[in-house]
Amino acid sequence: MINFINALMYYGFLQKALTTSIMVGIICGVIGCFIILRGMALMGDAISHAVLPGVALSYMLGINFFFGAVLTGVLTSLGIGFISQNSRIKNDVSIGIMFTAAFASGIIMITLMKSSTDLYHILFGNVLAVRASEMWSTLFIGIFVLVCVYAFYKELLVSSFDSTMAAAYGLPTRVIHYFLMTLLTLVTVASLQTVGIVLVVAMLITPAATAYLLTNRLWVMLYLSAGIGVLSSIFGLYFSYTYNLASGAAIVLAATVLFILAFVFSPKQGLVWRAIKNVRKREILSR
Amino acid sequence: MKTAIAVKELYVSYYGSEALKNVSFTVEEGKLVGIIGPNGAGKSTLLKALLNLIQKEKGEVAILGKTIKEMRTKVAYVPQRSSIDWDFPITVFDTVLLGTYPNLGVFKRPKKVDKAFAYECLEKVGMTEFYNRQIGELSGGQQQRVFLARALAQKPEIYLLDEPFVGVDVTSEETIISILKQLRDIGKTVVVVHHDLSKATDYFNELILLNKELIDFGVVEKVIRPEVLDKAYNNQFSSLTNLEVKA
Repeated sequence: MINFINALMYYGFLQKALTTSIMVGIICGVIGCFIILRGMALMGDAISHAVLPGVALSYMLGINFFFGAVLTGVLTSLGIGFISQNSRIKNDVSIGIMFTAAFASGIIMITLMKSSTDLYHILFGNVLAVRASEMWSTLFIGIFVLVCVYAFYKELLVSSFDSTMAAAYGLPTRVIHYFLMTLLTLVTVASLQTVGIVLVVAMLITPAATAYLLTNRLWVMLYLSAGIGVLSSIFGLYFSYTYNLASGAAIVLAATVLFILAFVFSPKQGLVWRAIKNVRKREILSR
Repeated sequence: MKTAIAVKELYVSYYGSEALKNVSFTVEEGKLVGIIGPNGAGKSTLLKALLNLIQKEKGEVAILGKTIKEMRTKVAYVPQRSSIDWDFPITVFDTVLLGTYPNLGVFKRPKKVDKAFAYECLEKVGMTEFYNRQIGELSGGQQQRVFLARALAQKPEIYLLDEPFVGVDVTSEETIISILKQLRDIGKTVVVVHHDLSKATDYFNELILLNKELIDFGVVEKVIRPEVLDKAYNNQFSSLTNLEVKA
């Protein structure tokens, strides 16, 4: 651990890596709460994969890959909605069709560009190679996402909990849905360097699910989820640096370990506590 | 007496199959109205069409003389219990507080006044002792009371309730119906989707009897006659309905 802290003081790349992954932990944790509460975990996976062709396109055109990523991310979510609303195809099937299509075309575009190292980094992340410019764009995305969530907290809460009531009093629930999809795309782009496209869904749903087991209040869940995301990033990066492991995978596994801890020991939902309660109840009954 | 809800030649369909056809009726202010009819008669659909939550194919709906879009904040909707995610991380009090949102506008947070009012509404339904509970920890009747409190917090002129008495204990049902009657007595309009015919006479002033078409509409005594009900229920329950009406 001391080695890691020393290295942190000494190496600029490690500082950038840590800062970036902490920011990613926060924004993924926050957006992830809404993703899981709206039952859109699969959608999160889909959108993050659908970003790939946009990123490839942006590289080809030499523009910032945020634009391309947002474009294909939102197009894919529109396509998913279009198919499931206009046919008997169910939403999960529609998601499966659209995101694999987008992902596959992204892979082909990137192989045409003949830079396989880039593909590997986009898919799995390489936080130790984060450049300063990428760190700043993650920061800007992060601030934008957090400001949006803060400003529209009320609307996000009511439309996630009871979308019928939200629509009944005049909230544009469909706009809110696509707005959230856009935020999700931004978060995915911001996480590209840290955990990569394939694993970003873990950062979205695992910390949020962990927090979900620990509280009965949405705002507490948001803070907890962000905090758990940050812890996962720090632990993950530490193991990644110390044992030379893939950074994205290490961060995701750290998040998974935290989830398992909550799953077993959560005061209200945890396995242990439930078992204790059951035993006590039986004892009372058998007296 | 002003007209609260006016529906004219309303048609709704889902993917080509008709859910409602040619429904017309008017509800005056200060009435407690039940919507009854067999399963799949389009009762919930009618409520949703009133709220413009589903597309109408044809027809007009006027709320207090205006379109629903102008009157959205004047109408509160209490959904079916089955449509709510009861594991959602939200407490009883925060659920009721949602009722103050429509009148707040974007970017504004509920203030002390709003919170005090939400608490008052929770008091009305007798649920203050549970205010800090997660909503899934309540019984069905308690959950329904919380959602009624949320509707009260919206300060609407019109209340639309979808099956509020399904899976609800007797005490809660009594609390809910007495609040609805109080609302009616101070001039609010209350429309309730309901399927239990036995208590219809006690509960409602008027009934809308529906089976895709409007079978009958009017004061309870006029609608709740076996020969009228038979038309909606296609004779299949005629013996049962007879029993229930007498009871």
